Amino acid sequence: MFEVAIGLGVILVLVILLLLFRVQSLLNVARGSDKKIESTSNRVNGALMLLFFIAAMIAFFWYSISAYDDYSLPVASDHGILTDKMFWITTIITGIVFVLAHALLFYFSFRYQYKESNKALFYPDNHKLEIAWTIIPAIVLTLLVGYGLKVWTQITADPPSEAEVVEVMGYQFAWRVRYPGKDGELGDYDYQLIDAVNEFGMDFTDKDSFDDFVPSEIHVPKGQPVLLKIRARDVLHSVFLPHFRVKMDAVPGMPTRFWFVPNKSTEEMRQETGNPDFNYEMACTEICGRGHFSMRLILVVDEPEDYKKWYDSQEPFLSQNPSYLSKVPEKLLDLASIASGIDNKN
Amino acid sequence: MDQHIAETAGYHDEQWHSHGHQKESFVTKYIFSQDHKTIAKQFLITGMFWAVVGGALSSVFRLQLGYPDMSLEWLRPILGGWITETGQLDPEFYLAMITMHGTIMVFFVLTAGLSGTFSNFLIPLQIGARDMASGFLNMLSYWFFFASSVVMLISFFLETGPASGGWVIYPPLSALPQAMQGSQGGMTLWLVSMAIFIVSSLLGSINYITTIINLRTKGMTFTRLPLTIWAFFLTAVIGVLSFPVLFSAALLLIFDRSFGTSFYLSDIYIAGEALSHQGGSAILFQHLFWFLGHPEVYIVMLPGLGITSEIIATNSRKPIFGYRAMIGSLLAISVLSFIVWAHHMFVTGMNPFLGSIFMILTLIIAVPSAVKVFNYLATLWRANIRFTPGMLFSIGLVSFFISGGLTGIYLGNSAIDIQLHDTYFIVAHFHLVMGAASFFGMLAGVYHWFPKMFGRMMDAKLGYIHFWLTFVGVYLIFFPMHYIGIAGFPRRYYSWTNFDVFNSFTDLNIFVTIAAIAVMASQFIFLFNFFYSMFKGRVAPANPWKSNTLEWTTPIRPEHGNWPGTIPNVYRWPYDYSKPGAEDDFIPQNVPFSQTLESNFPHENDLIGLEKEEEGIVIDENETH
Ligand code: HEM
Ligand SMILES: [Cu+2]
Ligand SMILES: [Cu+2]
Repeated sequence: MFEVAIGLGVILVLVILLLLFRVQSLLNVARGSDKKIESTSNRVNGALMLLFFIAAMIAFFWYSISAYDDYSLPVASDHGILTDKMFWITTIITGIVFVLAHALLFYFSFRYQYKESNKALFYPDNHKLEIAWTIIPAIVLTLLVGYGLKVWTQITADPPSEAEVVEVMGYQFAWRVRYPGKDGELGDYDYQLIDAVNEFGMDFTDKDSFDDFVPSEIHVPKGQPVLLKIRARDVLHSVFLPHFRVKMDAVPGMPTRFWFVPNKSTEEMRQETGNPDFNYEMACTEICGRGHFSMRLILVVDEPEDYKKWYDSQEPFLSQNPSYLSKVPEKLLDLASIASGIDNKN
Repeated sequence: MDQHIAETAGYHDEQWHSHGHQKESFVTKYIFSQDHKTIAKQFLITGMFWAVVGGALSSVFRLQLGYPDMSLEWLRPILGGWITETGQLDPEFYLAMITMHGTIMVFFVLTAGLSGTFSNFLIPLQIGARDMASGFLNMLSYWFFFASSVVMLISFFLETGPASGGWVIYPPLSALPQAMQGSQGGMTLWLVSMAIFIVSSLLGSINYITTIINLRTKGMTFTRLPLTIWAFFLTAVIGVLSFPVLFSAALLLIFDRSFGTSFYLSDIYIAGEALSHQGGSAILFQHLFWFLGHPEVYIVMLPGLGITSEIIATNSRKPIFGYRAMIGSLLAISVLSFIVWAHHMFVTGMNPFLGSIFMILTLIIAVPSAVKVFNYLATLWRANIRFTPGMLFSIGLVSFFISGGLTGIYLGNSAIDIQLHDTYFIVAHFHLVMGAASFFGMLAGVYHWFPKMFGRMMDAKLGYIHFWLTFVGVYLIFFPMHYIGIAGFPRRYYSWTNFDVFNSFTDLNIFVTIAAIAVMASQFIFLFNFFYSMFKGRVAPANPWKSNTLEWTTPIRPEHGNWPGTIPNVYRWPYDYSKPGAEDDFIPQNVPFSQTLESNFPHENDLIGLEKEEEGIVIDENETH
């Protein structure tokens, strides 16, 4: 009943609008005002151009300044400071062009609206002007490119040899991480060896695997280079660490990497943001299916001492899952027991 | 020379006459028509249908993003099982909707709907030709598009839903049916539909290119072509060169999906099983895709720029500033568009050195784009502007092109792109520069050429209301997305509440959603205006905008063949607006210099002799036949 009433109401309003529209357009024809060019409509549109510009600029500056703390993410890596700086330099340059170009666009539209008495200026070209406004953007862009190249080469340079290595593996729909353990070497893997427990497909014929451990959170040391070795085992994913300005795709069959230097511990960030529950998070930024929006992993930046403590307290995968000892070749069994610490436990 | 080809193609003027009066049946006139004007309208109406579908999809997923807890129970009659028991949208269907939205908008609305409509409609009319080089292929082009539309539409009704891997359909997600439901039948239909679409696009493009090269009327040299035609020409060239690459990419994907090959697949363990595929490269697909994908954004953009150039000049009553520079920048953009594709792939693990090269190339393309903007601004300077709805939408386009183009400078810089890639910053960027800008180009074109299409005027006041609501609304939707993107919010997220870092901006997202629905609603003003005016609009005068180009020399409702008598010759460029000394503020292209002695420049007076000679030759040719 109620719906019918609403439906009828809507139809009624539409019919009235339609009638009004019809009457108005007939009136226009009768008055001949639709033939005039220097009409009220033209003036209104011209004025609205200027009005829009002013209102939009006020909104733009007001929001950009007042919401700065909401949209700017604190930065927690060395290279992030560089890219953020470049972001803001670009913002200043493009911001100036943005305001100026729009000022001209809307001011000209307003200023040069149709006047019966006016005639437009026949002005088909001006080569000097055109060369100027080709060369100036070219120079500005060259500077930006030069600066960008410098930073990009720095970020993508080979990682320092002392970098902490962490393997990150994405799958539908979570991240897993693996650490090389005491020997500092990640063991081999093969996707054919993956099963419900051995999610990495760790190859236990390689002795480097024996002490690898697979914690449920990422820990990294503050102030030291960290090398993420990234892979995926089903579809594309992408490692995204927003506070560290880190992003790199995870590709099945093609390992990728990204190294960075975290420079604020989780504790420091908790103080900076005033949020005692703050945690660094890792997200996925490559569409990977149903759970794409839920691939969350917590990353903890420790002071180097704490990191070492944490690292040493981790239990190797093999010791947590001794049944995998059966995959270890006979002659390496002793080594495996020692490296994974199974011996000590007993 | 041109005359000759026109004749051999069976377009001799006298033959034409008898042809024009022939009675056509309903089917040949409105359905399987070979007339470029009818085909253009078919593309337009189909494009509008798809725009409504694509827009409706965006309204629904914006509801999800603005109000993640809202009950969408009321959509159950339409979406059925895609609404979960708790009344929420299914996350996979969310992905299906954005995928379909992107595909529909990019390919069906802004490629077929835009190029298909205006290239078809304007090329013969503005270059002075009876029709396209091949009316039959032209008709096929539409019907292939129609078939591909039908296939895509069917995919909505599959039990497992339409394709859901994003409009870029990156494998392995799109290649493995076990990865998501949308990669089952929906993906197959997507690939089939796109393959047919590519055929349609190629048929269209080849026709546009041939027509522009061969069927220009006498005197219509390349340096006298309206910028619309230049834009359509280059768009078609880009399309011919890039679409086949997408076709091959799709073909290899079909092989991987159905015939067990491993072009894109390697080392995959999924759904509890290690697959046998080895040695393929998922990144290869991205290279192939973006080799089309990037030129595609210019396929979408250039026609809008061409249309705007024409409309801005006409309504400024002023020549377009820097006509040759405009052509030059179109050419530069077209060439460069083929060598910047990998800027979409900075963080795929591509060799960083390659990244550097693509960064340099990408920022170079900003230069010709900037030149275009400056030329538009210079055209408006000391103009005498009439704010027709077409003009308003053109100014809107320039504004979007500035706003969206500038954010391209961030994204082309690979170091900055690390953070911004695949966030809402990208969504803001490409919606402004490609989505909204091209959409405005299309709307501007419809308002401007509606009188030529249907012989009636659209209501201007409704046009103004439509413009202001849409223009302001588009900024309200997409500008806030920049901030959301700078804050790191990833795109293609069903909801952000799982993350502390993304659990903010709820108000802003609600705001964006309301704006999106308002913009969607205001498009009905346009739809009403369009269909109402088609039947009840004021009858159009012959040249309602006092424009110079040839289409306005045809009858108000041109028949098949466009001009009842001979095709007018062209004597001048299309931008003689407000020429000093001339009585009117415009001189159409078909007015010879010998009739405008009062306004000719010295070098134009020299051409008068040539005009005479050429006319002599025409008469000769006619006599020998
Ligand atoms: C009513 C106007 C529109 C609104 C409100 C809108 C909104 C959106 C939003 C919010 C997304 C991101 C969804 C996500 O990542 O989760 C999106 C994606 C997209 N939109 Fe739009 N859009 C509109 C019009 C257009 C137009 C005109 C185009 C034409 C180019 C377009 C092309 C795309 C593309 C290509 C994507 C990416 C799809 C993907 O991620 O695979 N949209 N749209
Ligand atoms: Cu994902
Ligand atoms: Cu691109």
